[in-house]
Amino acid sequence: MTGVTMGINSPLAGYLLVAALLFAIGLAGALVRRNAILVLIGIELMLNAANLNLIAFWRYGPHPEALTGMMFAIFSIAVAAAEAAVGLGLVIAIHRHTDTTDLDKMNRMKG
Amino acid sequence: MATSPLFTELDQIFIILRDWLVGFLPAALRPAAGVVLCVIIIVCLFPGLFALTTVFERKGLGRIQNRLGPNRVGPFGFFQPIADGIKSLTKEDIVPFSANAVVHFLAPLSLVVAVFMEFAVLPMGRNMVLVDMDAGLLFFFAMSASTELSVFMAGWSSRNKYSLLGAMRAVAQMISYEVVLLLSSVAVVMITGSLSLSTIVAAQNSYTGIFPHWYIFTPWGLAGFVMYAIAATAETNRSPFDLPEGESELVAGYHTEYSGFKFALFFLGEYLAMFAISGLGTTLFLGGWSAPLSFLTFIPSWIWFFSKVMLSIFVFIWMRGTLPRLRQDQLMNFAWKFCLPFTLLDLMVTALWRFMGEGWLRWVVSTAILALAYVLMGRMGMRKEHFGPRRYRYAE
Amino acid sequence: MNLVFYLLAALTIGGGLAAVLLKHLVHCALATTVAFAGLAMLFLQLDAQFAGFAQILVYIGAVAILIVFAILLTRGSELPKDGVFSRSWFVGLVIAAGVFAVLGWAVLESMRALPQQTAVPAVTVHDIGIALVGRYVLPLEIVALLLTAATIGAVIVAMHEKERPR
Repeated sequence: MTGVTMGINSPLAGYLLVAALLFAIGLAGALVRRNAILVLIGIELMLNAANLNLIAFWRYGPHPEALTGMMFAIFSIAVAAAEAAVGLGLVIAIHRHTDTTDLDKMNRMKG
Repeated sequence: MATSPLFTELDQIFIILRDWLVGFLPAALRPAAGVVLCVIIIVCLFPGLFALTTVFERKGLGRIQNRLGPNRVGPFGFFQPIADGIKSLTKEDIVPFSANAVVHFLAPLSLVVAVFMEFAVLPMGRNMVLVDMDAGLLFFFAMSASTELSVFMAGWSSRNKYSLLGAMRAVAQMISYEVVLLLSSVAVVMITGSLSLSTIVAAQNSYTGIFPHWYIFTPWGLAGFVMYAIAATAETNRSPFDLPEGESELVAGYHTEYSGFKFALFFLGEYLAMFAISGLGTTLFLGGWSAPLSFLTFIPSWIWFFSKVMLSIFVFIWMRGTLPRLRQDQLMNFAWKFCLPFTLLDLMVTALWRFMGEGWLRWVVSTAILALAYVLMGRMGMRKEHFGPRRYRYAE
Repeated sequence: MNLVFYLLAALTIGGGLAAVLLKHLVHCALATTVAFAGLAMLFLQLDAQFAGFAQILVYIGAVAILIVFAILLTRGSELPKDGVFSRSWFVGLVIAAGVFAVLGWAVLESMRALPQQTAVPAVTVHDIGIALVGRYVLPLEIVALLLTAATIGAVIVAMHEKERPR
């Protein structure tokens, strides 16, 4: 693949691959683990990977002085913090009711 | 401000020394060597100041409590820190059996590293910033926020009820007062128009007549400085906010299970955090390295900076010896129900000040609004005092 | 593609892997913090100082502490009896691997269109401030509303229910 040989020279490719790998790891964590809090950690990793993508494209993109990528990433950081707060509040509330955070046990609405 | 060349050279003496020392190296290595030299000086200077501060604190507290402090080691006890240092280096390093060894080891390290990084952006004299960053204030607060996690790591890894309780209390206190700290700094940033600390000092470096343009001499600056001082005392877990580490409450809080050099590192980290936050308060509100009166500018700028920092440390020690400790829920109530609304109001008064234009009217209006708010909020806070069976929310 | 980038990438990916593979929850939270720190340093490598310091301040200074508090309040320190991986772990792994394959292929295939090396953008905090209240003032206000709603919502969701007066 000529893409691979050319790709290694571009610094942007490195950042995008790191972001893709981190996204996949976060997704795996969210899908594979039992504990609800680890799912939230996986989601935070995915959001961070997307932020890395945004900043990398801002840096190597055509109009860095328009600041679009950096602004998007900053807003994403703020929204992710808000979402983590609400998500963890929900986990705490669920634990108070069912005394567990194991997602495999939360199947009351099944069937 | 025409000062003779001798005083200008004295002012810049450290810069001149550094350039001379670095001049011995080839030109390619000079910038890196200059930075490394400055880092070495900071790493040696501030722990030295820490050693001096420990003996000042013990003697100062002793005098406030009507007793002599340590007076056996050296003249008037001033070699006490050497004795303390030797003791902490030679004590056995005990790690509890069921403690998490890796996290237990990393906690004091990460604390001290984060706190040392805070010194990189403080302007300690004219042209004497280690790294003149565009977002210097944000970097400082980012490093300050990283110390909270090391406190938690220390408390949790010790597998000790008292440590964990102390760590949770400390972290809750630090995150609450961090909001107040940041908001009171935002008022200064709003007026200066920059996050760079050297720009903030340069904006305060002018004089009308003999009086300086420090931000503490404005109504919003005074209110901001008072809020900043309260938040700084709470951030560094100093009395009267030292419930997380009060000896009569929690053994020693989150550093119960640390002995020897690691405990000394925690102690060092706490005092260095105190220096850094006093340095930032000096930079933001007290004019950094600028002289208080316009005819005193011949005294070198770094002397003014360190005098102001040592004055702040003296006020910290004074508060520790004088004020009783606040209970945890009183502390949190104070942060969220008084300090935060007052700081937000201070921010709005700063904006009003900025847009009202020069003249005596803005002084009167700002002072009136802030004084009224202070009195009203204080009165409203006191009305809810009821004496009866109390619910201690943090003990259930 | 220098050594610093490889070290930081290894740190970040290592932190992420540790976060999803370790058994003890608090270790996972601390590994996540390492991943956040690695990412902040990658942002600094990309000349985005404001985003990097904001990442440290918000993620390490607030979100990591939030995660740790939640772990302690839900007794996550005890290891579950049935193991830490759910019953359908293989499917999750396959899906994640598939997503990475697609993304990696997309990145490597579009190499021809990517720029090689552009000049460092001279962006100051002043520019960011002007952009925030100029072009991006609407997202700024909406994010402020969102944060207020999230704060109130999180407090209400996690609050103790009031005891009925006897």
